Amino acid sequence: MRKYVLLAALLIVSGFMLLSAVDMHPFGSPEKEDMDKYFIDNAQEEVSANNVVTSIVFDYRGFDTLGEATVLFTAVVGVSLIFRRLIK
Amino acid sequence: MMSKIVRTITNILYSSILIFGFYIIMHGHLTPGGGFQGGAVVASGIALVLIAYGYDTVRNWFKKSNLSFLESIGALAFIGIAFLGIGTTFFYNFLANSGGLFGDPTVIGINPGNLDTSGVLPLMNWAVGLKVLAGLGSVVLLMAYGIRKGDEE
Amino acid sequence: MIDNLPFIACAILVILGLYTLTFKRNLIKIVIGLNLVESGVNLFLITLGYKSNAVAPIYTMAAKEEMVLPTPQALTLTSIVIGLATTALILSFTILIYKHYKTIDASKVRRLRE
Repeated sequence: MRKYVLLAALLIVSGFMLLSAVDMHPFGSPEKEDMDKYFIDNAQEEVSANNVVTSIVFDYRGFDTLGEATVLFTAVVGVSLIFRRLIK
Repeated sequence: MMSKIVRTITNILYSSILIFGFYIIMHGHLTPGGGFQGGAVVASGIALVLIAYGYDTVRNWFKKSNLSFLESIGALAFIGIAFLGIGTTFFYNFLANSGGLFGDPTVIGINPGNLDTSGVLPLMNWAVGLKVLAGLGSVVLLMAYGIRKGDEE
Repeated sequence: MIDNLPFIACAILVILGLYTLTFKRNLIKIVIGLNLVESGVNLFLITLGYKSNAVAPIYTMAAKEEMVLPTPQALTLTSIVIGLATTALILSFTILIYKHYKTIDASKVRRLRE
């Protein structure tokens, strides 16, 4: 009985996702690109780097990288806490 | 501990994997890559040595206190470099276009890259690369410690 | 409809991951299902920022000056690292459950204390 309820719920959710995937904007022409146009045009004179993605990750949005480094550190601390018994 | 063929190939390949990973970290501002990707490549080299030689032999080569020391140095260097530009704002790039350590201006447009450019980005790439390398190496070594037999409660 | 094939592929990845997450009873297969959902979401983020006939957003020896959008690629990097942290923690919990209960069947490890 429980299996049939779960199967019906999975079919409804998959129907929603496939319907919205068919109705998206055409693949290859994004809707708005003003912010990325600024990044591509001005990354070489402000940051003086050739790689636009690295200049976004470390200079224009460096705060997100700080949060991600904290998440990685917390994961390593959590794994070390689980296997803590007799490590020397 | 695996067979003789696997150990011989690991001996040959381990230094090439290390050099390739450090190359990806170092040239993060010119080619695709950067800190996170290069750190993952070097950590996969550590996992290769762990699989080929078994945990009891590798335990004397990669001590856990050295790896956690490297990770703390990476995290503190990242925050310290972010604090050094506090005159203008928090994450300010104070070495770009300034003629100092990494301070050449780049040629606008398509060019072959110059390693001396883009101010504070290579230092941050090294800090994050060290942190990811030590973190993933610690996770792999701890899991190999946790699944040993003969340690039942 | 055949033009939006990358978006349909991302939706199929998420649906397969959800099926594995709800209908399988082995704990390792549940971890694989979680990883499938994460991969589907990361692929969807990257296909949102594609322009036709454009190259990668790097100026070193590029073919031309028209580039794809670089912002979703920067955010997907963070998402991949967070997925890695989640998978590492959930695999450590699986090792701990096996040492305590001697089985990894998800319908037999339901008691709060043994």
